[in-house]
Amino acid sequence: MKRAFHPQARTAYLFLLPNVAGFLLFIAAPAVMAVLLGFTDWDGFNPIRWVGLDNYKRLLTDESFHISLVNTLTYTALSCLLVICASIALALLVNRKTRGITVFRAAYFFPHIASFIAVAVIWQAIFHPTQGPINMFLKLFTDSPPMWLASSDWAMTSLIIVTVWKMAGYYMVLFLAGLQGIPEELYEAAKIDGAGVVRRFWRVTLPLLSPVTFLVVITCIINLFKSFDLIYVMTAGGPGRATSVLVYDIYKQAFAFNKFGYASAEAIVLLAIVLLITFVQYRGEKKWVNY
Amino acid sequence: MGQLLSRSALYVVMVAIALVMTLPFIWMLSTSFKLEEHVFNFPIEWIPSVFAPENYKAVWTAIPMPTYYWNSVKLALIITAGQLLTCSLAGYAFARLEFPGRNRMFLVYLVSYMIPYQVIMIPQYLIMKNLGLVNSHWALVFLEIFSPYGVFLMRQFFISISRELSEAARIDGCGEIGIFARVILPLAKPAIATLTIFCFSWVWNDFQAPLIYLNDDRLKTIPLGLASLNGEFASQFNLIMAGAVSSLIPVIAVFFFAQKYFISGLSVGAVKG
Repeated sequence: MKRAFHPQARTAYLFLLPNVAGFLLFIAAPAVMAVLLGFTDWDGFNPIRWVGLDNYKRLLTDESFHISLVNTLTYTALSCLLVICASIALALLVNRKTRGITVFRAAYFFPHIASFIAVAVIWQAIFHPTQGPINMFLKLFTDSPPMWLASSDWAMTSLIIVTVWKMAGYYMVLFLAGLQGIPEELYEAAKIDGAGVVRRFWRVTLPLLSPVTFLVVITCIINLFKSFDLIYVMTAGGPGRATSVLVYDIYKQAFAFNKFGYASAEAIVLLAIVLLITFVQYRGEKKWVNY
Repeated sequence: MGQLLSRSALYVVMVAIALVMTLPFIWMLSTSFKLEEHVFNFPIEWIPSVFAPENYKAVWTAIPMPTYYWNSVKLALIITAGQLLTCSLAGYAFARLEFPGRNRMFLVYLVSYMIPYQVIMIPQYLIMKNLGLVNSHWALVFLEIFSPYGVFLMRQFFISISRELSEAARIDGCGEIGIFARVILPLAKPAIATLTIFCFSWVWNDFQAPLIYLNDDRLKTIPLGLASLNGEFASQFNLIMAGAVSSLIPVIAVFFFAQKYFISGLSVGAVKG
């Protein structure tokens, strides 16, 4: 009887098979295993041993983990805020039909297509503390420009600058699509009601953009939590531990120190934070997202 | 008059931002043709006073750049072909076939997209170790051809194609595989192009997975090569930039010829599924 309702089910499962099989084995199973490995002391060689909550107890007192956690939150919060402000501004700027506008859009989007590794090696040279172009320029005005990546006070700022520069164009494209979906009549109506440019932005543009903003905030936060390449090449978590973030610490614990179990516990904390933030966002969606 | 003024001001702002976005790349290009002692000359020499194309020769011979290039091309082609196959089949099922559990399964796909790579990276490594695939390209192929993003992208496109086309083909006696291959796929060329470009550039730029799985020099890809170049030639920025330019050329070429697919791949994510 059920078959009659789903005459296509067999075909559908056949179509799904290659992808779902791989998905279950290489994505879904690892996601479940990650939770389990967090309760073990796997070191990559010896048999896996169950250690209960030991890893999590050690995380509570692990200074390197605490620093990485704070760095991750700082990096993510500041970068996300700046990326969103910058990408909305860029989208507003290029949301017009002037001739040659596509050239500007392409230029702003351009950093997104380059690999993080290429971007990292370029900016590393530009930020060079004694001879780099930025500091050669700043030396015209001050005797002691910031040491950028070489200074524990400035390394995080440098990373955030590069991140915003690299990612703003990507989200600009999403906001631009959102802006182009706002009906022109709404602006006309607001204009007739005497609303100025600023008022129209706050009362028309931003509320109507909120579904896009909602998605951008979520994807941006998830992407920032995953940031590894820049940090690996530009600072290796340093100077000291100034730019060590969770994903970098997880990588080091697992693949440099062979503490795979411990690193898994750390990864679960990361996942919990990401899920919590996403959940709070979805709960809050109704409050600030207008359709 | 006031309008003209504000318009020119706007134009100046737009040009200034365009410079901020592109000057680092122009600096890279110009530095890649400089002698080492001219790299940091100030004011910046945008056009090198001594032209040194031999930097490229040095980079391509000092490290196994041809091997890295070949490995990146090979992986990008295999993974892209694999993704196109598995993702278009699955996307088709999610978009156009009725079966029990469809919505729930699709939700699992969507949620999995939120899991950071670093969370599943260690268990994946354990699996690959047990399969004996660590330090081989197969590990990356298996990890990357089942992309939930690809399924999502193909599904969104397939859903927009009129149902009547499938019905007509069905009445003509066409089987489901025939409908997929002969009716729907030919119409999905833009989606295929988007996924191709997206996947290719993603594999080309991928760093952390290759870093974990590829230990031998003969297996390494371009981003790994560039990172080790950066370590080995610590102060020879002209050589490092020649390496960076070499690594960027294919992606830039694709971007110039197929910009619209680059951008349509992004906006798929912005449409609520």
